[in-house]
Amino acid sequence: MNRLPAPFGTRIDRTRPLRFSFEGKSFDAYAGDCIASALAASGQWMLSRSFKYHRPRGVFSMNGAEANTLVQLPSEPNVAADRTPVSEDLQVRAQNVNGSLAHDRDAIIDRFGRFLPVGFYYRTFMGPRRDSWLKFWEPIIRRKAGLGIVDTKAAQRHFDKSHLHCDVLVVGAGPAGLNAAIAAAESGADVVLCDENPEIGGSLTYGRYDPAMLADLTARSEALPNLLTMTGTLCNGWYEDNWLPLIQGDRLYRTRAREVILATGAIGQPAIFRNNDLPGIMLGSAVQRLIRHYGVRPGQKAVVLTGNDEGYAVALDLVEAGVSVMLVADPRSGGVPGPLEAELHGRGVAIQKAVTVEAAEGRGGHLARVRIGGRWVECDLLTIAVGEVPAWQLSCQAGAKVGYEDVTGSMTLTLAQGSVRLAGSVAGDHGLEGAVAGGRRAAAMSLQRLGHAVARDTVLDKVKPSCPVHVQPILANARGRDFVDFDEDLQVKDLHNAIKDGYREIELVKRFTTVGMGPSQGRHSALATARIVAEATDRTVAEVGITTARPPVGPETLGVLAGHHEVLERRTALHARHLALNAAMKPVGAWWRPYFYGDTGDTQKAIRDEIMAVREGVGLLDVSTLGKLELRGPDAGEFLDRLYTMAHANQPVGRVRYCLMLNEMGSVVDDGVAYRLADDRFYVTATTGGVARVYADMLFWNAQWRLKVDVLNLTGAFCGLNVTGPKARSVLEALSGDIDFSREAFPYLSGREGVVAGVPVRVMRIGFTGELSFELHCPSSLAPALWDAVMAAGKPHGLMPYGLEASRILRLEKGHILIGQDTDAITTPDELGFGWAVSKKKPFFVGKRSIEMRARLGQARKLVGLQFPAGAKDIPGESCLVLRGNDPVGQITSIGFSPTLGCSIALAYVHVDDSKEGSPVMVKCRDGALVEVPVVGHAFFDPTNARQEM
Amino acid sequence: MKIMTCPMNGPRNIDEFQSFGPVRDELDPEQTADADWSRHLFRAENRKGVVVEWWRHVPSNYFFLAERDLVSNEIIRTFDASQRSGQS
Repeated sequence: MNRLPAPFGTRIDRTRPLRFSFEGKSFDAYAGDCIASALAASGQWMLSRSFKYHRPRGVFSMNGAEANTLVQLPSEPNVAADRTPVSEDLQVRAQNVNGSLAHDRDAIIDRFGRFLPVGFYYRTFMGPRRDSWLKFWEPIIRRKAGLGIVDTKAAQRHFDKSHLHCDVLVVGAGPAGLNAAIAAAESGADVVLCDENPEIGGSLTYGRYDPAMLADLTARSEALPNLLTMTGTLCNGWYEDNWLPLIQGDRLYRTRAREVILATGAIGQPAIFRNNDLPGIMLGSAVQRLIRHYGVRPGQKAVVLTGNDEGYAVALDLVEAGVSVMLVADPRSGGVPGPLEAELHGRGVAIQKAVTVEAAEGRGGHLARVRIGGRWVECDLLTIAVGEVPAWQLSCQAGAKVGYEDVTGSMTLTLAQGSVRLAGSVAGDHGLEGAVAGGRRAAAMSLQRLGHAVARDTVLDKVKPSCPVHVQPILANARGRDFVDFDEDLQVKDLHNAIKDGYREIELVKRFTTVGMGPSQGRHSALATARIVAEATDRTVAEVGITTARPPVGPETLGVLAGHHEVLERRTALHARHLALNAAMKPVGAWWRPYFYGDTGDTQKAIRDEIMAVREGVGLLDVSTLGKLELRGPDAGEFLDRLYTMAHANQPVGRVRYCLMLNEMGSVVDDGVAYRLADDRFYVTATTGGVARVYADMLFWNAQWRLKVDVLNLTGAFCGLNVTGPKARSVLEALSGDIDFSREAFPYLSGREGVVAGVPVRVMRIGFTGELSFELHCPSSLAPALWDAVMAAGKPHGLMPYGLEASRILRLEKGHILIGQDTDAITTPDELGFGWAVSKKKPFFVGKRSIEMRARLGQARKLVGLQFPAGAKDIPGESCLVLRGNDPVGQITSIGFSPTLGCSIALAYVHVDDSKEGSPVMVKCRDGALVEVPVVGHAFFDPTNARQEM
Repeated sequence: MKIMTCPMNGPRNIDEFQSFGPVRDELDPEQTADADWSRHLFRAENRKGVVVEWWRHVPSNYFFLAERDLVSNEIIRTFDASQRSGQS
């Protein structure tokens, strides 16, 4: 076991051992271990095979930043082993291996790598046929270069969303972020501090620093009630006006911050040389995380490659962890030895200056030796500390510009002054001292913007770097395997080949080579790529730049984005009445409506009985889902005149008129009726699906017309009950009230206000079913009482409540259209035969100009009725095509069996020349059968409208 | 998510709003040739620069005007339609 004694291992609990398996083999671990640390403790360093060449890969950053550590869990693929905690009996498997991780049959691809140049797929798998890629090549390649496997049977988890608001959001709880958050909170601001690690402290938790500093900061942060610290929380993007998603477990916090401080730190960079991807080669910070977080000895014999103080600190840590440090290679020459260097000297560690690691070799899938200054040094661990780049993703999303200092070889970020600022190493604040000062400085500037009084001396100057900075050379190897991007297995020559092929711009290089497209998203490759492209194209690194960083910063599950499953639905006030009558409820848009009533033994019979009740007796329909709008004001009539095609300004009080709405291109978009309640008041209905749009359009137009009219949407506030059938009048006359329902007093297309059965109502005589109909509208709270009264009064007359399907057949028998069902985006009134509904006298209404113009262009189709012979075998369905010769000229829009007529009837668009009654048209059924059927008039039933005007 | 300041409801998340497009020239339909009318209906200018647009605050169904820079996406100001100066 490679375990170190406490105090090493701050994350693990040695009193809670557990066991888990990797590739079917059992391993020991402690609670708090991540998969990679537990495996490393047992000497299992290889975690995966690389994407293209199936090369052995292992821990590199210990920070979940690259594809090297992606493993498969039973219910989740592509899990970062160096971030994901182990649990008892967890079954972990390697991904992308053919056979086993240790013996991957596809590892042979590594030998033939030169036959797989960059762009190989694009060029090679083009043919032989146009669809060869999808049909043949893609399935093969997907199997070879797959990542994990999704478990489609995985158990549902509860995902959730929440909102957070704060004065200051600090992203990153390292020394800079922690100091910024504390300083802001101590001044009284509401602060949220988030960090993706399980604890706060960042590099203070694993770097070679005095533990007292972290203890002090922790105590101070915990004492502040206005500082909310969220660990294990990924800030996954920056969006406009400081809107940031924070993901903690399965919950997404949509966070709005007045000020944002990004203290996201820096990302250690790999060194490029032959075989730089071997397991055993890792960042200095990874080594420190293994030692301090997990108490894992990262190797036996180590070589340290470093161009800065950090590497010397790592070397000292290694010595203290009992690792034999064979050599510290420092590519810098000369300079005054720092205190860390002196301490290493004192411990007898060899330090060699002005050399670097030129190549590495492995044995059995692990690092075995490295070549330094032409000499091979045996080692099983090479730690690298040759430079870092600021963690630029969030900063760039917030508008930061990327720069590059050629002298120091460092990438810089500059952000225009605003409500977002950078602190710590992401801002180029150097070292621990710089990070602390940078955090306080950022807090002071945020506080100033928030209007807090800030002492002048806290607005500190930047700390300048104190030691010489080394620019690590890119050591391209003639034989390759000098990896720039581990995720995508890209070598220096791959980038050179892309440039030779003419891809000079960084975004094109990325797309051609896929550099930076893997899980690390360029964290370890963007700078090296920019340097290679800059050199090859004779430009500066700043000119070449890096590719655009878009959200998300890290991987996120679809469940987190979706949140918890929630379907908004609407119920009418009569919902409980329908359920009590055993209604089969159906969703219609957001609404639930009765489809038919009664037990479901014979659906067709139930619907037929409801239809016959309306035709021969009386029926009751809940029409509460209809749009209901009240217009009020001296210009209400003029307003309707401009909005609808018929004349309303001259409509007498107490009359009801059909209204048809067009859009500006002259297409039918809605219909309903307008009931004039008073000179300055109209009650207007709109279709169930269209009312939201009609309501919006009304106010949009009036924002421009500025007429004196108010619009009130009463759709939810009012219910509607349609009492319809030859006996409708008898039912209503049996109820108490002050409305005279007689034919003389209450004629067709008129409206009355009054009281029925103690309920205040607006009643309209209209005829959607084609029978004598009274539509009673009342406040929703009173609708159940009215429903009960009508049901009781209707009982002696055999009144039946009827559902949506009966309603649709009843209206079809009358040839009444449904907007959206029988109309589409280009339907004109002429195509519906609705010339009667379009005023010829009005100087203006919306769509008038366009229907006149479209009439001149000529009409191609018309909506007609089609009646199929009784007993016909081939009956088409909705949307079946109407043919003229071989050309489709229209389609069936509505079809159903009419029990009244004993045959199937349909509405359909046909060629305008075939629209005369009696013209035969050809319809193609679903099974391909062609049926010839004659055109009939719109109204199949009672074409003279005698029944509805009784 | 961007914040928009509604003249009636104050600052709100932009997903509470719906864009109704730039304010268009008001043509006299009767005095406009067919081709010009089609262009008026279907063609958007989409020029660089500052535009005045119709916006709707959806929950309150309130329509207002916003001046927006199409390059920077900055909302320069929002105002009620009654403060519309002349015809643009």
